[in-house]
Amino acid sequence: MQFWLPTVFLVAIYRGQKSDAAMMRAIMLLALLVAPASCQREERDLTGSVPEKPAAGIEQSVLHPGDGNNPAPARSKYEETAFDVAEGKRLFQWFNCSGCHFNGGGGIGPALMDDKWFYGSSIENIVATIKEGRPNGMPSFKGLVPEKEVWQLAAYVRSVGGFVAKDVAPSRNDDLNAAPAENRAPTPSPFNGKGP
Amino acid sequence: MTRLRGKALLLAAVFLAGCAPYAVLEPQGQSAGSIAGLLHLFMWVCMVIWVAVVAALAYAALKRPTPAAGSPLQSAAEFDGKANWIVGSFVALTVAILAVLTLSSYLAGKTIADITGTETVTIHVTGYQWWWDVEYEDTRPDRTIYTANELHVPVGEAVKIKLDAGDVIHSIWVPSLFGKRDLIPGQHNELTFIAEKPGVYRGQCAEFCGFQHAHMGFTIVAEPRPAFDEWRREQLAQAAIPAALEQQQGRDVFLSRGCGLCHTVRGTDAGGRVAPDLTHVASRQTLAAGTLRMTMTDLARWISDPQAIKPGTKMPKADLDERELDAVVAYVGSLK
Repeated sequence: MQFWLPTVFLVAIYRGQKSDAAMMRAIMLLALLVAPASCQREERDLTGSVPEKPAAGIEQSVLHPGDGNNPAPARSKYEETAFDVAEGKRLFQWFNCSGCHFNGGGGIGPALMDDKWFYGSSIENIVATIKEGRPNGMPSFKGLVPEKEVWQLAAYVRSVGGFVAKDVAPSRNDDLNAAPAENRAPTPSPFNGKGP
Repeated sequence: MTRLRGKALLLAAVFLAGCAPYAVLEPQGQSAGSIAGLLHLFMWVCMVIWVAVVAALAYAALKRPTPAAGSPLQSAAEFDGKANWIVGSFVALTVAILAVLTLSSYLAGKTIADITGTETVTIHVTGYQWWWDVEYEDTRPDRTIYTANELHVPVGEAVKIKLDAGDVIHSIWVPSLFGKRDLIPGQHNELTFIAEKPGVYRGQCAEFCGFQHAHMGFTIVAEPRPAFDEWRREQLAQAAIPAALEQQQGRDVFLSRGCGLCHTVRGTDAGGRVAPDLTHVASRQTLAAGTLRMTMTDLARWISDPQAIKPGTKMPKADLDERELDAVVAYVGSLK
């Protein structure tokens, strides 16, 4: 939508040089009609709804080694809305994830800002990691953190690794931050020839 | 004609009735009293001046020009003298009125500021989206009280409130007791006030702070010193131990389903510090920062779906089934 307006004006100016004024007026009118469409704001889902149904029993990763038939990771709406990623960032501090993972740099727990993922970098895998826990330290938060908040947290963890779009990832903090903002994180390089 | 006059009277009565229970005009404390006095003074002075100016304007507009005056651009020497006198006296009058208003404003500000330093109670209030974290300071750390959205103060004693903000700018305002003071992240503000009459006063965030700014209220309960001391002693105690079976089940749900990740209930394992302290939540008069009354029905409504009542609030909708929900409501409702 942002490219429309300048293009229309350029055409209008160009045409106005040699064509009749009526044509130019029509184009200007079109530009005026098109402009309000760019005012639309991202919609925030404030209900507690989780479209992704939580699986009964223990969730297991769909990843497995060996053959190349691993399913392509699905994208979630939670990593496509800036609001949900920002909420995840708040919860990351509230629930003291930084106690082990620090601000994504890793310390007691693994780093979240590199391209090495023991248990998969897709959002379902991160959700499973948060809910079920992982060996050597990652506790299980199943039943403690509501389902929707787990997805928001996972979306934020993806943004720390640079996996979400730059216009969705949070920008700078209000306070001092050791690392660049999430929306300036470098995109991870493909692993084994596959995109993240 | 009579009917028209009757309607006009009725309309006037309706408008005047709207003025009656307006907290700013019924101050219950010294700070609010000074502000209300200032409001009355400014209103009456400005009203008289406005009427005089409009009357002079109407007179000038409706006056027939006298033919003897000649051209208005050509002024006689005697008229010049008269004009000097008129303009001079009105300039003097303006200066005098402004001086009186400035002085009265200064005196009202001084009355408010003079209370500072005489306080007997110090309360630390931190504003968050969208609730008030309250901490009663004490020289002994084990006598510090943590609560939220409700302040109790002794009547007739100066109370200091230290103000901080945890996320964005808020502003504290209790129209019956004191004027607004901003809560700014990274900047420490303070105010001191005296509540002169016992009562329950409603306060409100007065700086737009996001989605639920309108639902960021609180209450100040002013009570005599003995009642205040009694309240303070009760707040120091640990949370009530649940007696009924449902309440005990509720405590187990509370602790095992993550309520304690954000909330504190002193005396249990729940120790989260990012949401209101619930140790004595049922002793408060309101719920969710002045949004609901503290009744079992409203408590159940709030816990079952906070986003339906206060969309955007940081309290999520918990994934609880009906039995768990009833138990949690019974437990939280028992935390007197």
